[in-house]
Amino acid sequence: MNKDHIIPLAENPSFSIQIKNISKKYGNVNALNDVSISIEDKKIYGLLGRNGAGKTTLLNILTNKIYPTSGEILINSKSIWENQDMQSQICYMTEKNLYPREMKVLDIFKSAQITYVNFDMDMALSLASYFKLNIKKKNKSLSKGFESILKIIVCLASNAPVVIMDEPVLGLDAAVRDEFYKMLLENYVQNPRTFIISTHLIEEISSLIEEAIILHKGRILVKKPVEKLLEEGYSATGKAENVDRYCEGRNVIHSETIGKFKNNTVLEPYEERDMEYALRLDIEIMPISLQKLFIHMTGGKSNE
Amino acid sequence: MKINFDNDRSIYLQLAESIEDDILKGIFAEEEQIPSTTQMSVQYRINPATAAKGVNLLVDEGIIYKKRGIGMFVSAGAKEKIINKRRQQFFDKFIISMLEEAKKLGIPKQELIKMIERGQINE
Repeated sequence: MNKDHIIPLAENPSFSIQIKNISKKYGNVNALNDVSISIEDKKIYGLLGRNGAGKTTLLNILTNKIYPTSGEILINSKSIWENQDMQSQICYMTEKNLYPREMKVLDIFKSAQITYVNFDMDMALSLASYFKLNIKKKNKSLSKGFESILKIIVCLASNAPVVIMDEPVLGLDAAVRDEFYKMLLENYVQNPRTFIISTHLIEEISSLIEEAIILHKGRILVKKPVEKLLEEGYSATGKAENVDRYCEGRNVIHSETIGKFKNNTVLEPYEERDMEYALRLDIEIMPISLQKLFIHMTGGKSNE
Repeated sequence: MKINFDNDRSIYLQLAESIEDDILKGIFAEEEQIPSTTQMSVQYRINPATAAKGVNLLVDEGIIYKKRGIGMFVSAGAKEKIINKRRQQFFDKFIISMLEEAKKLGIPKQELIKMIERGQINE
């Protein structure tokens, strides 16, 4: 590892977001149902949810792209509708490519420079060359992967106090995704600010994010530091009868039987006092991954 | 410094352990500077808060210490501290469970000692 010090930039002013009782109806469908959370300053959040959970709707409301049916968004205690300069404060990378089709990459950077006061053009250009994004190319001729790279670069170089990314790694192969995660952390440690990342690739970002927000059927299921969340569950494997005995009275959210063996997912903390009992019944206790926990919490079988 | 994180334990514990391993192996000598938490965060793709948690564990145990504005260093006597700790863990983790298993299988103490000796010869 090289020992060059990463020098932090001047600190961003603090920036708090309060989402208060937000509901959104499309006809008879409740896309969001009384969602209230506060986004603390300078953390990396993962916004997780199944397809149709309401993630994009929430992000669109948060960035004032659409209006909620009820509720309000406060930024630094002021309503988002009264905050005129919000657009330069929040850099929002939508899942869709919203830049003009005929615009060249370099011109997209230049327009971002106007929107975001602290936009770092040198960084944008060096990231473009790092990811081999041709800045002379027109937006319409970019592949899916390069569209994602373009949007990622604008977000990272924006230096906006809040960066929101909706499915940032669409169309990127594993190697480029890994580079993105590295760049994201580098960018974050140099200039700590708030990141909200919505993604389906939970396992890949579980170590990157500090807090997870799980949205399910338009409601907030969980908002917790990932580490705390992972301490809330575990899996118990052993002879079926022993696992059943061990799990009596416990909150089992998932169960799998393989021959004489059984694997139960228990949603409660593993306590010191459980250890002896588990040992006596010859049960193996394993931590649970964020992805597994997520699938179980949002109703079992994957629907993707 | 190289880590392959597994899913078995918290990442911050694995990070702390791997720093300890590097101290044991002499990759980080006593009184030598180690990478900053931000560097570790980028290198291992982990949240800086997680990296800080792992490092603080070692600071609390006196294995590394911070110099304000300069960085983190391996404490004098860190190696010995780690060895003592790991020996205790070795006893708890391996010896106790070995004895329990031996009891289940009805292996007497004398035979157990012979088995260890045989294992050492085969090493």
